[in-house]
Amino acid sequence: MGIEVVVEGLTKSFGRQNIWRDVSLTLPAGEVSVMLGPSGTGKTVFLKSLIGLLKPEKGRVLIDGVDMVNSPEKDIYETRKLFGLMFQDGALFGSLSLFDNIAFPLREHTRKKESEIRRIVMERIEVVGLLGAEGKLPGEISGGMRKRAGLARALVLDPQIILCDEPDSGLDPVRTAYLSQLLIDLNAQIDATMLIVTHNLDIAATVPDNMGMLFRRELVTFGPREVLLTSDEPVVSQFLGGRREGPIGMSEEKDAATLAAEADRAMPAAPRVIVPQLEPSPGLPPRRAVARRRERVMSMIDTLPPAARSAIRETYARDAAAATVTAPVAGSGA
Amino acid sequence: MITGALRETGRLFALAAEVGRAVFRRPFQFREFTEQFWFVASVTILPAALVSIPFGAVIALQVGSLTQQLGAQSFTGGASVLAVVQQASPLIVALLIAGAGGSAICADLGSRTIREELDAMEVMGVSPVQRLVVPRVLAAMGVAVLLNGLVSVVGILGGYFFNVVMQGGTPGAYLSSFSALAQLPDLYVSELKALVFGFIAGIVAAYRGLNPRGGPKGVGDAVNQSVVITFLLLFFVNMVMTAVYLRIVPPKGG
Repeated sequence: MGIEVVVEGLTKSFGRQNIWRDVSLTLPAGEVSVMLGPSGTGKTVFLKSLIGLLKPEKGRVLIDGVDMVNSPEKDIYETRKLFGLMFQDGALFGSLSLFDNIAFPLREHTRKKESEIRRIVMERIEVVGLLGAEGKLPGEISGGMRKRAGLARALVLDPQIILCDEPDSGLDPVRTAYLSQLLIDLNAQIDATMLIVTHNLDIAATVPDNMGMLFRRELVTFGPREVLLTSDEPVVSQFLGGRREGPIGMSEEKDAATLAAEADRAMPAAPRVIVPQLEPSPGLPPRRAVARRRERVMSMIDTLPPAARSAIRETYARDAAAATVTAPVAGSGA
Repeated sequence: MITGALRETGRLFALAAEVGRAVFRRPFQFREFTEQFWFVASVTILPAALVSIPFGAVIALQVGSLTQQLGAQSFTGGASVLAVVQQASPLIVALLIAGAGGSAICADLGSRTIREELDAMEVMGVSPVQRLVVPRVLAAMGVAVLLNGLVSVVGILGGYFFNVVMQGGTPGAYLSSFSALAQLPDLYVSELKALVFGFIAGIVAAYRGLNPRGGPKGVGDAVNQSVVITFLLLFFVNMVMTAVYLRIVPPKGG
């Protein structure tokens, strides 16, 4: 089972420029979470802070009792072995072939025999669909392939926590859909805690159990996906609707006058429909996180906003109905 | 401005200390070390030999002309040899290690840094200092020491040739003044200097390579700065080491 990641009061600045402040959230163990946010709101900085590559000035990131911000370097290095991080453009070693890139963590951290390494690496290469390209150098393949190779390398040590930095950037919609399915399948197989940083609305709508959004140097919200998907907060609805009208401007945020002018000619936003979450591919075990999440969400449901509450009830009612419909079919087949 | 300079200096020393600690941490990256050693050696041997011949000649000619005017021509050999072994040779080595080896190390680490390769390495729980910097610094030091021997020999041969063939000095006077003035500690301090210069060149190159500012152009700037900073440090350290050596080791002739 994955490991819970607890973030408390995290604040990060570069020089005088504040990136975000007082971010607190918990990534529940084994569940898939998505962090949304317009470009340039420090999503990648947030990821790098979780893993201890960047040091926020304030706050803590607790993983298995180790604080990734303030603990001694030795403990942080040890804890990082629990992580798999997929970088935005793969961050593969340019001088090594894809095979050696993916084998790198195994050769560094395990004493496995070369035949064993070969077996594991080829297995991962197959999962991400790169069979046949293992001998190529990172410079010789496309951006999408580099990304998938980066994911394979992140997976090779069976991480408990997987962080993905914009897995969709540079991928076409079809490949993005495959990648979304791949992430869900992975979660079903290894039950790792996952955090995906993205601004892709398809991934946001179909993949996560939980969603959060960063805007204006703050965490707007973080919670079960229904909370964000039903939120009527202007930033959230503008972002999810992909509209120009709202607080998010081209450069950063808009001033009050522009906002007021927009309000005069505002069109009513189309009601958002909650798309069902992706299921693991047929033949894979069910995601163990689903049951845990259900219990967790049901225990906190009274604290959620009414719209989210009814959306959650609806989703679970539909799931229950689907279960009763499919059960007789399965029975008749036997 | 001043705090900025102090901060950079502090971080440079911190890296040096970290490298010092990481040298003894297992597992030692033997393969990386061998590759880097071979690389640094291959880019420096030929230029070092080619530079040291004219350098030995220049010292021989210059000192020769001076000693001739003073009427001490028989001491040309000793004087030029001491200048070559103690000063010229470690400095030539240092300039080549910094200019040819260090710039390549800096560019390599710098481009890896901006491609996030080093971040990826750290995320996988592998220390880039231990994995990449230590083998490079040790390679720079090792090549510097060995190259120093080569440059001394070639430089002395060059000086001998020019003194004997061009200036009409006698081989006997050259050799006897050499053994009259030169002593083994001269060679020791020369090798020690080469070792220290190799360390400085490696550390500065690695430091600038690990901290390039802003994209590919930053890497170019970093390479440039690493060479300039190394030269400044080397000449300063050379002055200090020479002064200390002259204080603590009594000259043979006196």
